[in-house]
Amino acid sequence: MTTLSDPPRESFRLSMLLNDTRYRSYTFQFIALLCVIALFSFLGYNLVKNLQAAGLNISYKFLGETSNYDINQTLIDYSSQSTHWRAAVVGVLNTLLVAFLACVTATIIGVVAGVLRLSKNWLISKLMAVYVEAFRNVPVLIWIIIIFTVMTAVLPQPRDFRGENATASMWFDAVAFTNRGVYIPKPVLESGGMAVVIVFLLSIVGVFAYRRYATKLLYATGKMLPTGWPTLAILFVPALLTYFVLGKPISLEMPVLAGFNFKGGINILGSLIALWFALAIYTGAFIAENVRAGIQAVSRGQTEAAASLGLRPGRIMNLVILPQALRVIIPPLISNYLNITKNSSLAIAVGYMDITGTLGGITLNQTGRAIEAILLLMAFYLAISLAISFIMNIYNSKMKLKER
Amino acid sequence: MKKSVILGALTVAGLAAGAAGAATLDDVKARGKLNCGVTTGLVGFAAPDANGEWDGFDVGVCRAVAAAVLGDPAAVEFVPTTGKTRFTALASGEIDMLARNTTWTFSRDTDLKFDFVGVNYYDGQGFMVPKALGVSSAKELDGATVCIQTGTTTELNLADFFRSNNMEYTPVPIETNAEAQQQYLAGACDVYTTDASGLAATRAAFEAPGDHVVLPEIVSKEPLGPLVRHGDNDWGDIVRWTLNALIAAEELGVTSANIEELSAGTENPEVNRLLGTEGNLGEMIGLDAGWGKAAIAAGGNYGELFEKNIGENTPIALSRGLNAQWTDGGLLYAPPFR
Repeated sequence: MTTLSDPPRESFRLSMLLNDTRYRSYTFQFIALLCVIALFSFLGYNLVKNLQAAGLNISYKFLGETSNYDINQTLIDYSSQSTHWRAAVVGVLNTLLVAFLACVTATIIGVVAGVLRLSKNWLISKLMAVYVEAFRNVPVLIWIIIIFTVMTAVLPQPRDFRGENATASMWFDAVAFTNRGVYIPKPVLESGGMAVVIVFLLSIVGVFAYRRYATKLLYATGKMLPTGWPTLAILFVPALLTYFVLGKPISLEMPVLAGFNFKGGINILGSLIALWFALAIYTGAFIAENVRAGIQAVSRGQTEAAASLGLRPGRIMNLVILPQALRVIIPPLISNYLNITKNSSLAIAVGYMDITGTLGGITLNQTGRAIEAILLLMAFYLAISLAISFIMNIYNSKMKLKER
Repeated sequence: MKKSVILGALTVAGLAAGAAGAATLDDVKARGKLNCGVTTGLVGFAAPDANGEWDGFDVGVCRAVAAAVLGDPAAVEFVPTTGKTRFTALASGEIDMLARNTTWTFSRDTDLKFDFVGVNYYDGQGFMVPKALGVSSAKELDGATVCIQTGTTTELNLADFFRSNNMEYTPVPIETNAEAQQQYLAGACDVYTTDASGLAATRAAFEAPGDHVVLPEIVSKEPLGPLVRHGDNDWGDIVRWTLNALIAAEELGVTSANIEELSAGTENPEVNRLLGTEGNLGEMIGLDAGWGKAAIAAGGNYGELFEKNIGENTPIALSRGLNAQWTDGGLLYAPPFR
């Protein structure tokens, strides 16, 4: 047996940067990095130089100035005397609102359509195929405008609700569908109203606790508790009891036709509805395809094995197929959520005042600070997109196949 | 992701690079065409006619400048701009001048680095409502839904007007005049507000113009005029004096009908200087001696442009009002040509 002696250690020579495969890749990466840095510093320098030549300078002072314009949907207090910064925040909230609503709705539509597209019923599966193909092959901007135009043209004007021979009427005297939006009653909390809300929130927690207990009991003893009616009971009975015991502390403020428009209640703007539904049905079509792909990725043997254990088709889908399919569905779902958020910047087409409409639209125009406003806008969308990816990636790593 | 931020800055830098420095007059001459920014379509002011030719009051100013600089009123590339895109288009050098019923304000002239060369229409903001609403004054508009073109001074005036009168309203922001018209007619808003001239032009395009009224209140001063980039004063002078030539021509009685006859030489030295048969005004601004003649011959003098495009015999039916010559009690007052 011979002992292996170490090969003679070569000392590092400069030529090794090119000749030695161990270092060569680093050399080229470093050169590429230098080139990129040089390019961007040239561009930055060029920008600054040209701005100076034009007598302009980068400054965010305008954010503190009075905006002088009004916004039609404000989730926080805002008037034309507020600052441009406040207007930008109003825009951010409007963007987040429509993105959240559209994400939730698109997920529901997508999951239902994706599952139904695999239905054995010929008519249903073909209907869903038509939905998916029609909606994902037409640009979302067109859908936004179609829905908005149809709404303004078909729904009655507020003044049609007026007079003896009104051509339109409210539903149950509480909901009015007009071409300016939908007016719904607004809950008003009186003293003690908060208690009812708290009880209801506690009931929701209770429902989850009950379901956990039922599952645990099932696994431990095989005894199955009913979940349908107890859920409903836990959800509504305590809240209703508190409501009546405290003497109906929550009342509804009904929308009433007064002057030019309905007053009171909550006004859901037509532009919000158009944008929300257009984004939801458009992205829903993409999600439907993801869901279908995810389900088909689960091997058929799983279904057959579950069926041979005597599970009903609904349970096979919920307990066997979907949990495995989710692993395939979630990553593309994240990018669909990102798409919804970014596509919501098309809001200006229907006059919905999102961040692109306030900061990137009116503020930019009235102050002329194009570069500043666009940079801020990019930073916002970047931050939001990264936040969504972060949250969804946490969910993804929770759901993904755990190898033990 | 970070790259996209910088790439955006790069685009802006590229645009700014195009804008800085170069003399606009040389660029226009080298190109053989004037790039003129106009509206996306406002009948009477700037809109393509049935043959696709741009026509209108603002278009007339563009054609006059093209005729003065290049000798050909047809050598214009019309660039339709919205209220939002117009200033970026001008600042970036995409267009050489903007004739798009744009209000002359302090901040646009100074902070945005533009130069307004004059006023071609003295206007004010008005409100239009359907007659069926039974509204007779803008003070009765409390609670109304108002259609408004976004990115305009009217947006700010509207906020001021309703605030100072302690009234509430819901704004419906809209990108172009055509969309505003559609929304207003569908009843998505009760009121449409913009410059009174724009309201008249829009109303003229309705199927039943008589069903709509323009309310008597004019809530702001809106001096509309052509503008150029700040910094190129030679080019600014050319556009300014072309506009003045059109106004002076009306005052001096020079029309497209008699211009050939007058350019043979007249008793009036100012007419001679304007038409280039006397003095060297053209040379002073770097153009031919016949620049003034070409500008006026392009579409007629100011009065002719007005009557043909927006005057009382057109569907838009605007009276001269403030836009009459100073000799007729109006505000048009061209400085002397000497």
